[in-house]
Amino acid sequence: MSVRRLHADQPSSFAFTDENVSWASGQIAKFPEGRQASAIIPLLWQAQKQEGWLSEPAIRYVADMLAMPHIRAMEVATFYTMFNLSPVGEHFVQLCGTTPCWLRGADDLKSVCRKVIGEQGDITDDGKLSWLEVECLGACVNAPMVQINDDFYEDLTAENFEQLLDDLRSGKPVATGPQNSRHGSEPEGGLTVLKGDK
Amino acid sequence: MSDQVNLTVDGVRVSVAPGTTILQACEEAGAEIPRFCYHERLSVAGNCRMCLVEVEKAPKPVASCAMPVAPDMVVSTKSDSVKAAREGVMEFLLINHPLDCPICDQGGECDLQDQALGFGGDVSRFADNKRAVENKHMGPLVSTIMTRCIHCTRCVRFAQEVAGVPEIGAIGRGEDMEITTYLEASLDSEMSGNVIDLCPVGALTSRPYAFTARPWELKKTETIDVMDAVGSNIRVDTRGREAMRIMPRNHDDVNEEWLSDKSRFVWDGLNTQRLDRPYVRARKNLAPASWDDAFALIAKKLKGKGAKTAAIAGDLVCGEGQFALKALMDKLESPHVDCRQDGAKLSGPRGNYIFNTSIAGIEDADALLLIGTNPRLEAPVLNARIRKRYLMGNFPIATIGAPVELTYGAENIGAGPDTLADLLAGKYGFSDVLAKAERPMIIVGQGALTREDGDAVLAAAIELAEKSSAISDTWNGFNVLHTAAARVAGLDLGLLPGEGGLDVAGIQDAAQSGDVETVILYGADEIAGASLGDAFVIYIGSHGDRGAHRADVILPAAAYTEKQAIYVNTEGRPQMTEQAATPPGEAREDWKIFRALSEVLGLTLPFDNLAELRSAMFEVAPHFAQIDGLSESATPKAPAAKKMGKEAFAYSVTDFYFTNPIARASATMADCAKAKQQRYGETEGTGTHG
Repeated sequence: MSVRRLHADQPSSFAFTDENVSWASGQIAKFPEGRQASAIIPLLWQAQKQEGWLSEPAIRYVADMLAMPHIRAMEVATFYTMFNLSPVGEHFVQLCGTTPCWLRGADDLKSVCRKVIGEQGDITDDGKLSWLEVECLGACVNAPMVQINDDFYEDLTAENFEQLLDDLRSGKPVATGPQNSRHGSEPEGGLTVLKGDK
Repeated sequence: MSDQVNLTVDGVRVSVAPGTTILQACEEAGAEIPRFCYHERLSVAGNCRMCLVEVEKAPKPVASCAMPVAPDMVVSTKSDSVKAAREGVMEFLLINHPLDCPICDQGGECDLQDQALGFGGDVSRFADNKRAVENKHMGPLVSTIMTRCIHCTRCVRFAQEVAGVPEIGAIGRGEDMEITTYLEASLDSEMSGNVIDLCPVGALTSRPYAFTARPWELKKTETIDVMDAVGSNIRVDTRGREAMRIMPRNHDDVNEEWLSDKSRFVWDGLNTQRLDRPYVRARKNLAPASWDDAFALIAKKLKGKGAKTAAIAGDLVCGEGQFALKALMDKLESPHVDCRQDGAKLSGPRGNYIFNTSIAGIEDADALLLIGTNPRLEAPVLNARIRKRYLMGNFPIATIGAPVELTYGAENIGAGPDTLADLLAGKYGFSDVLAKAERPMIIVGQGALTREDGDAVLAAAIELAEKSSAISDTWNGFNVLHTAAARVAGLDLGLLPGEGGLDVAGIQDAAQSGDVETVILYGADEIAGASLGDAFVIYIGSHGDRGAHRADVILPAAAYTEKQAIYVNTEGRPQMTEQAATPPGEAREDWKIFRALSEVLGLTLPFDNLAELRSAMFEVAPHFAQIDGLSESATPKAPAAKKMGKEAFAYSVTDFYFTNPIARASATMADCAKAKQQRYGETEGTGTHG
């Protein structure tokens, strides 16, 4: 993790779509009067979903919506790494680099990212891809893995990961979850224990 | 005393109220607990961990600032484990704190320095790189060196809780946590300087004071502030005769330990634009003169024309000076004296013009009505007290006047006298609030009193107070908020038009028509020079400001830091200033000027020294002798008055940083005004549009 700052180029304004406005009022209504600020995380998250990243006007917009000081919303937005303070690609790759994934070849995946996309934070010219190394995403049993937007892609190798990125880029359908023969976290090649009496 | 909690601290048995923290109990027992984040007047954060103590049966050291006492607790603050814990915490704090004390302005008065010496280890074991943090912009008053920050969040809590402008925050987390304002904007508070005092390290320091002095080379004089009528207790630090900085002193009943930015940063105004010798107007221009020449000219002009002389006392002048001026005018047999240069329609009885509830009394009130006043600009420290009461809850507040951004929730119910009349007739919801409240407060500002119909507004406000149980045997909720430090003393001493005397407006008219030939402006700088016609103007004051520009003779006097004098604050509390420096050049203390002048005029005043003057003054106003004492609250009595007008109330302070000659001479105040203007644009530079 490094110092998280607002992006240098900010849009001039931000506003929720009508749909999101009504969604937001539903979220705010979940909290008692005077405690609207509790809805800050879902609202920032929705703002990020709408734009792909969280801009300064968006932080301000959400703070105003919740009648809270701008700096308080900024504190939340800079605290959680799940909020992207800079623009990301259409397919945003969060690559786990923590020990289990690293032992299982995360470094190879990083090389692929560098080759296909560029350095961390760079967005490809077509705007399709960008990547970031993150801490453990909790799928160690299927290491190495990445999260792309809302989905996990697990049991990766340099080859199938590069293929995956190419497919995403060209808009081909891709399978989420394990990218080898596994369906979940069962042993590869079938069960090795609890196979019956023999 | 059965509801007290008994506990043992270092073998000392203490008994404290339930809910007290261990830290407070330890202090009660005389044990010193080091701390960084804990501050009595702020909420508890518990994030510095410096206050760790050992509590018997607790598995690990306890943060004493955040832990309430329990019966029969056994606390140790001197055990080996406490020592080790403190050393450990200190070592962590110092890991990222730069070793730049020799170039740090906090050096010599730094909590971290002191506590590292007292509770830290003796060597550093940390050989790696320290983190570095970019400095943040916080405006023209607060200088930041954020690498020094230890993240105690006192400044964050101060801005949120006391100042009521939640603009400082901690962004990022963990090692990357940084304190900043939103997008590094200037702090939009009239109390922002207090974060400098609160900062336990040198991360937030005073920008105007930067690199000018070390604390141990300054002479510290405990005195009283005059930038507003609150009478904040201050300490002026001087080197030679130059004021180097101003700091607040604690006074629980007045300013607690806060200070407004104007009071704190005005000191450079004390060193510039000073009148350091008498001047006499020769042809068109003012030329330096000797005291004798100046006095001789005045004697010539006043000869036989004493009754055609008028005097106006200004906003920053002291009780002694005003008393001497009044005595001189009596000798001259002129009734044309007025201390209300803003034209406020205020006069006796005393209950009509003081802040009867008292500043500390605000905390006991249960409803508040502000009439034509914006306390945020007129008395920021008093405003902080209102906010403190507001935060306790159940405190409805309504304002009459243009809507302004206060630091608490207030309902604006109208703009002018009509609303006040309707309120009196019970036509608003707030009438019920006032009627139901047991201890309601009404604060009338100068904006409502300096108008043509000021006395009618005053009468209506007093009537409203009487009607709504604001005045009873045990409670006096009628308050006038003054903006001038000199005013209450002036009113107490009777610097008001005598029989057949003219008030400020009358003096100006008479000066233009020639009925008044000489006008003495005693520190009165808010009078437009042209309004005095062709009158011969004698200006007695400390700064070359509006009054001096119009003057025909200038007699240089002492500023508030250069004399021992009595000021009476808006509550009617007399307080004594002390002399921090001598007046510049040939300038003299105010009363001495009047005494010397009286002798030249052949009307020698009957006092030869300050003690004689004071005893004469105490005969007129006995309560002046009770320094720092509040006399019993006086009941207001509605003056007879005509009907109120229609015009909306205007506020008396719109340009917070330029309200008096000292502030206008201060470059720092000009910087503040500029910063405010940059933030709000040309048209809205009043600082009330938060």
